Order: sequence, then C-alpha cells, then structure tokens
Amino acid sequence: MRLLKDLCRKVFPRSLWVYHANAGACNGCDIEAINVLTPYYDAERFGIRLVGSPRHADVILISGPVTRQVAPALKRLIDAVPRPRLVIACGSCAAGGGAWFDSYATMGGADQVVPVDYYIPGCPPRPEAILYGVAVAMGLVPKQVAPEAYRQETLAELAQGRTHLQEAGK
Amino acid sequence: MLLSKLREAIICLRAGRVTLRYPFEPHDPAPGFRGKIAVDPALCFGCGGCAAVCPAGVILLRDRDQLNRVVEFHWARCTYCGRCEQVCPEGAITMSPQYETATNLPADMVLTLDVFMGPCQRCGRCFPATLHERLPVTGFRHDDHHARAGALQPARPGGNGGARTLAPAAPAAGGAA
Ligand code: SF4
Ligand code: SF4
Ligand code: SF4
Repeated sequence: MRLLKDLCRKVFPRSLWVYHANAGACNGCDIEAINVLTPYYDAERFGIRLVGSPRHADVILISGPVTRQVAPALKRLIDAVPRPRLVIACGSCAAGGGAWFDSYATMGGADQVVPVDYYIPGCPPRPEAILYGVAVAMGLVPKQVAPEAYRQETLAELAQGRTHLQEAGK
Repeated sequence: MLLSKLREAIICLRAGRVTLRYPFEPHDPAPGFRGKIAVDPALCFGCGGCAAVCPAGVILLRDRDQLNRVVEFHWARCTYCGRCEQVCPEGAITMSPQYETATNLPADMVLTLDVFMGPCQRCGRCFPATLHERLPVTGFRHDDHHARAGALQPARPGGNGGARTLAPAAPAAGGAA
C-alpha cells in the first residue's frame, strides 16, 4: 500500500501553486514571471499556476529588494502560507538586494526578512532562468553554480618559478 | 459564433506546437546576451576598476597584505550591466552567456580571486599574473610599506627623504634587468 502511495506521488506529483509577491520590484521581474506562464514557455505543463491568495499557495515568488514599507506585510504574507511551502527569490533584487542592497529604503534582499529556499539571480532573469529555477526546486534538473575560488601565485611561489594557474591550464 | 470558434480552432491547429522544450532541451540566448560574470583568474591584477564602477557593489576588495589582494564578486546582486567588462583593462571579466544560475545556497553566488600584485620596478603598475616571462626581465618591486616607513624616518631632517632613492627592503625575486 505504501509502495503504491510512493509510486503515485512519483507519477502524479503535486502541482505547484504560486503566489507572486512584488516586494518593491521595478516590474521587470514581474513581467518575466508572467512571461513564463505564456504558451511559449508554458509553466503550466509542470502544474504551475498563479493563485490570488497566499493561503492557496505552495510557492511564494518574491521579486524586488523588499522595501521597508512592504517588509511587515511580506512577513505576514509568508506566515499565511500553509506548510510545506517554498520561498523563491526571483531576480537580483530579491536574491541579494540588487543595486539597492545598502539603501536606507530597502531591507537588501528577501532573505533579510523571510527564509528563502531558492534564489534566481538575473536582472531580470530570463524566462528560461525562472523556469530553470523552478525546475531546480522541483528536482528536475541539477543546479549548475558552485562557490568559485581562484588564487594567483604568491611572491614565494613566483621566486621558485611555480605557476600553478598555468599548470591548471588557466 | 460557431464560425469564429471554428476559425480559432483552425488557427490553433495550423500554428502547431509553439511551446519550447526547455528545460529538457537547451535554449541558448541570443548573441550579446549578458549572463553571469566570468573571471579569468590569470589576467586580473587587482586594479579595482571594476569595483569602482559596479553600480550594485558586487565587487569588494580586501588587501591581505602589501602584495596580495582578494577580489570578491558577490554576484547574487549583479545587475548584468556589463560595466565591469567595459572597464577592465586586462579583459579579465567577461559576461558569459550562462543564465541557469538558480541555486539554494547564497554561498554559491560568490566568486573569490586571490590576486598577487607584483608591481613594476619602474612605474609601480601591477603586472597581470600571466606576464611571468616579463617579471624576470623587467623586475618587480617588493614593496613593503612598513619597512619603508621605518627606513624613511632618519632621512626626514635632511629633506623629503625620497622613497625613490630608497633601496628595496628585501631583494626582489627575479631582480632588475
Ligand atoms: S532584479 Fe532587476 S528587473 Fe528584477 S526587480 Fe530588480 S531591478 Fe527590476
Ligand atoms: S555586470 Fe554590472 S552589476 Fe554586475 S558585476 Fe559587472 S559592473 Fe557590477
Ligand atoms: S577584474 Fe579587471 S578591472 Fe577588476 S580588478 Fe581585476 S584587472 Fe582590475
């Protein structure tokens, strides 16, 4: 019976109902998020649709750097979402504050106010990038970015003629 | 009424499938698209030009000591304006077409680059790291502020002291030409 249940869950996964919260975005991200729902990109084939109330939503898509005015409302909005829930920060503003990360008028990103599960950087992100972010969240595709760290030779290494960047094919 | 519906159905049927296969098939952006910044670690010499123009404060500079500078790219907030690519004198930064950057960890959106800044003995300009061949030829200055400041002090009563006349505190690796 349990096997059947698991199988059903695999074959008929839940549709993700999305509530789109504009927290001070310039409208670029919002246009691209709506673009994803058009027939060309058609996010509805994954069961994704926009809903009008956070109480019906599984996913909250936040765009914008979260202005000071909207921050309390955003907190209440997230509290109204039934669990399990997914919070996606869409756009560079929501992912890290964008060009307003240190402004007095914004909180500098969605994760400064509410817990964020997935980040989709981009200004605005391409519709494909938003689709990719949702696909990553649904486990359909792996994420492609990882922390990067490079180091050039120090003086001591140079004196020994060591050039590890060149050895690494860089 | 019925006729218009019929016409609509015919239009839809004739259009065929318009939906992209993405994300199951790649869909490359148009040429000129500015995606995630890509940094060539061998070219950067830590001048900080990119940090000065970046509108989103993506690029932070931190000096480990006199010769080693850490350039950090917190590109989560990058606005993809391409200014850094424009100003970089060595072409170390390019806007890659990579847009599939969604992640669940903020730490994934950080790139750090530990730059060795070997300054030229004559002009003081830092060498790009790829110019190793030039280093032994032109020589580079092992600049040590602390030693220089200490060495300068006794010279002060007799004029400006002059860092230019000062011998390097430590012999430079490679040496002068
Ligand atoms: S990330 Fe860019 S497009 Fe999106 S809301 Fe911010 S400024 Fe606008
Ligand atoms: S593209 Fe623009 S915002 Fe992004 S790192 Fe370069 S200068 Fe900064
Ligand atoms: S990336 Fe280019 S502009 Fe930025 S510090 Fe390095 S050399 Fe200078």
